[in-house]
Amino acid sequence: MMAAIETQGLTKRYGRLVAVEDLNLVVERGEVFGILGPNGSGKTTTILMLLGLTEPTQGSVRVLGRDPVREPLKVKRKVGYLPDTVGFYDELSGRENLRYTAALNGLRGPAVEARIEELLDQMGLLDAADRPVRTYSRGMKQRLGLADVLLKEPELVILDEPTLGLDPQAAHEFLHLVRSLKERGLTVLLSSHLLHQVQAITDRVGLFRKGRMELVGSVPELAKRVLGGAYRIRVRAEGEGLEAALAAIPGVLRVRREDGAFLLETERDLRPDVARAVVQEGGRLFGLELEEPSLDEIYRAYFEEVSRDAA
Amino acid sequence: MTRREGSAFSGLGVVFLKEFADQLSGTRMRLLEALIVLTAMATIYAAIQTIKNVVGEDVFLFLRLFTTAKEPLPSFVAFAGFLVPLLAIALGFDAVNGEFQRRTLGRVLSQPIYRDALLFGKYLAGLATLALVLLAVWLLITGLGILFTGLAPSGEEVARSLLYLAATLAYGGVWLAVALFFSVVFKSPTTSALAAIGVWLFFTVFWGMIAGLLAPVISPVHYGFPEEVLRQAQTELALARIAPNTLYAEATLALLQPEVRALGPVLPAQLEGMVLGTPLPLSQSVLLVWPQFAGLIAASVLFFTLAYVVFQRMEIRA
Repeated sequence: MMAAIETQGLTKRYGRLVAVEDLNLVVERGEVFGILGPNGSGKTTTILMLLGLTEPTQGSVRVLGRDPVREPLKVKRKVGYLPDTVGFYDELSGRENLRYTAALNGLRGPAVEARIEELLDQMGLLDAADRPVRTYSRGMKQRLGLADVLLKEPELVILDEPTLGLDPQAAHEFLHLVRSLKERGLTVLLSSHLLHQVQAITDRVGLFRKGRMELVGSVPELAKRVLGGAYRIRVRAEGEGLEAALAAIPGVLRVRREDGAFLLETERDLRPDVARAVVQEGGRLFGLELEEPSLDEIYRAYFEEVSRDAA
Repeated sequence: MTRREGSAFSGLGVVFLKEFADQLSGTRMRLLEALIVLTAMATIYAAIQTIKNVVGEDVFLFLRLFTTAKEPLPSFVAFAGFLVPLLAIALGFDAVNGEFQRRTLGRVLSQPIYRDALLFGKYLAGLATLALVLLAVWLLITGLGILFTGLAPSGEEVARSLLYLAATLAYGGVWLAVALFFSVVFKSPTTSALAAIGVWLFFTVFWGMIAGLLAPVISPVHYGFPEEVLRQAQTELALARIAPNTLYAEATLALLQPEVRALGPVLPAQLEGMVLGTPLPLSQSVLLVWPQFAGLIAASVLFFTLAYVVFQRMEIRA
């Protein structure tokens, strides 16, 4: 089976400005892939090229085995796209907006009406379905956008900054909905500059900076590669000579002090060993927790390193 | 380059129906309808007051409803020549940049349709709206005419006034295409509306003057020969005909006033043997305005093509 998305040497230039450079991206089917990076790092341009809405300057794109420049209609029939700030026809109701999208996809008839009803229900919009969209909140519009995307029963869903402008609660709920798409067997590509938000729902991520995708992998993989240890244990303890004792535990790569606690980078989950070591040293143990490495940290650490190397 | 797959028109009908429905239900439309209907009623009423005195003396009485002015009101034809461009611009100035502003463009274009369908669908919907309004106005005038004069229009009068309607639609189509073009070029609907109105004002107010200034430069009269004078007049007319409003005015004139036999300078030699004041048959009048018709349609096609080319290359991201 072919990968959902495959690009080779994909490049987009606007005059002298390089928006995306030499992108080699492979997204497997059924995967939730996050393309992450600050604003202006080439995420949206990449997405538009995947949809055939912008022509690449160089390189090739395959989406669901097809070229979006040569066969745009076939690609767009199978790919749902939610733009970064999704808009609807304000004077029409949510249902009418969905009907228009369905008609543009050549879908008509009672089966479509039933599907619209079902999607509105899933997105929790049934009560507001017949109100004009202008009365919708940002979060409701975003959910209507997801219904709009799912209407054509896509194989691949592309979401550009889906949590932009949502309050934390709405963002959390929305990402939960996105994650549920994976269970339906859909492939999801989403972009975001809010690294911590998408960390929880993506299988793999690609980190963008200045038009280049510099790092690709799952979050633990990247943590291992960039931060050294894959596991980080925060130990809040008091006692003489603890730092040396902790460093001596097999599997501990590094010990740092941070805010009155010890921060251990380890190869495995060494919490029992750490507890034993503290007790054996006669120290007093107040807290012991395994820290998930955050993408923010990985991003910062990696690009600090890169810019240091460059300087 | 291989041919692109699928039809450029898939989705055209869907876009057309949605845009048509939007146009008809919009507040903008209500305002314009009210304006046009008021104009039609006022001018026709005034014309009828004038015409009543000459009933029976004129074969084409019914057509006079359109062309007769009574101070201080201009004729319906003059009013329509003024209002139809405004109506067309109002229907088209935010066609594309409105979608852009509402951020619906990316979503719509990510559906399996080509950009062609969106642009053409919007143009056709605007044209259909215009046609609908014009037809309603025509029926209103015909009805009022029958009511007040007690005369039914002849077949030829109906045909001539319907052809006049078609010419008006073609003229409106030009300004719709101009408005559509600016709605693609400018991101802000206000700017595109102003640009379209600016172009319209330029042709309506200034182009005639410019043609009058340019003609002596291009075809100067050195010795006062009749040939020179004629050439200058022809140059001026050719220049003036670049403006769609000139073409439209000529088409209106020949269609609604059957006694008009030529649009442009006529030499005395050409008048020999002619019975002045006798009307032309309909087929001859149509022949007379055919170039004007073709010119108006060509101008629409030109502006639509420009809009199309720019739209194809437009970046859809904010």
